Amino acid sequence: MTGILQGLVGLGIILLSAVLMVGVVAWQRKSPASFREIPAFTRLRNSVGRIVEGGTRLHVSLGHGALTSPQSGATLAGLVLLGRMVELTSGGDQPPIATSGDAALAILSQDALQTGSQAFAPRKYDLTNGRLTGLTPFSYAAGAIPAIHDNNVSSNVLIGNFGPEVALLAEAAEQENSLTMAASDNLTAQAVLFASAREPLIGEELFATGAYVDAGPLHAASLRVQDIMRWLIIIVILVGALLKLAGFL
Amino acid sequence: MKSKSVLSTIFAIVFGVLVLAGYLFGKNADGTLSLLGELQQLILNVAVILAGFAVLVGILNLLLVHLKKVRSKQKGAGYSTILIITLVATFLLGLLAHYIPKAASLFSDTFQFIQLPIEKSLMALLVVTLAYASMRLLRRNLNLVSVIFLITTLLIMAGMASWPFLGDLPFLSGVVRPFMTQVPVVAGARGILLGVALGTLTTGLRILFGSDRPYGGKDG
Repeated sequence: MTGILQGLVGLGIILLSAVLMVGVVAWQRKSPASFREIPAFTRLRNSVGRIVEGGTRLHVSLGHGALTSPQSGATLAGLVLLGRMVELTSGGDQPPIATSGDAALAILSQDALQTGSQAFAPRKYDLTNGRLTGLTPFSYAAGAIPAIHDNNVSSNVLIGNFGPEVALLAEAAEQENSLTMAASDNLTAQAVLFASAREPLIGEELFATGAYVDAGPLHAASLRVQDIMRWLIIIVILVGALLKLAGFL
Repeated sequence: MKSKSVLSTIFAIVFGVLVLAGYLFGKNADGTLSLLGELQQLILNVAVILAGFAVLVGILNLLLVHLKKVRSKQKGAGYSTILIITLVATFLLGLLAHYIPKAASLFSDTFQFIQLPIEKSLMALLVVTLAYASMRLLRRNLNLVSVIFLITTLLIMAGMASWPFLGDLPFLSGVVRPFMTQVPVVAGARGILLGVALGTLTTGLRILFGSDRPYGGKDG
């Protein structure tokens, strides 16, 4: 019975979020969303201009989170950003390169690169721009480091599921004096990135990337829904604490 | 092309809903798997098999990347040559391991005496990298948050370490470190994890709505 109750509560949360998301999209048509400024995204937008004008390259590293694992949310957020960055940098001479530590993710990154290049610059797609660099965290990092050093890369986006090995990637980018925007859903990686990356994103800022690069109205609505749900959780925690204090729980 | 995209979107939504339903209502009251639970297991098993094939495709891609490097004599082509030789050798050893016991032993030695030590040394390198990055943090980004971050790190490390001649520092290891790790760190970590969970929820919903299509077609 408890299992069914938990399932119903879960379903209720999902349905509430879905209804809110649809409602917020409709509301945003009347009053467009505006977000607080996050310096990392401002610098990323500026770097797009530099990539296009300077003929340099963007490197997107998607981590090693498998799509069938609980970390797939961060991985999918990375894929959305990759797709959008391919579009934004399509006017440049060199297409972005994507590295990943999971085979299925590497195939999806190739798909994102191919879709973007076919839509905007048909002759530029190269199968080796989407790379699987290793299947363990450290072999992945070791394989991705040459991509940062050797490909005329001026900006790096490290987004997805990483462990502490992400510091090696951030350090390689620092040696090349290139911009590094980095985000992970892993707490250890976030702490490591705070110290080592130039533009770290903390916590759920990882999931705000789509909204900040204009990936679609549902991305902006997602941020609003997350805010609403966060307030609901805060209220539930406070009410729960008060009820416990009063001896009702 | 468009009908292919529509079909893949329909597939993704239907199977996404089925797997989600399996997570929510996958078990009967007596703890056994319900029909939805069994369906979810079946879909996930198929996904795991497909992921296995994806590994082969991924390795082929790795080989292509390095062959291209060698052919065009790019920087690091020597390392690429070593990678290709070792990749082919390990692959052959893996195939032969099922038939020749000596190959099986060599195959496991490859991991035990080459792969593991290299990964451990990279982990050791990480310590130096992080120490250097922490020192650079203040130079690059001198603000209150960076200072708090570094002071907290130093206090917790000092509380964990066993000092020469002194052993544990009673106040640091008995009071400061447990307080830091059990109160502010846990509170912050839970807040971040709640945010990550909400972000994952909305990301999943966008896929179920067919707005994000990382499996092919333009994201919407």
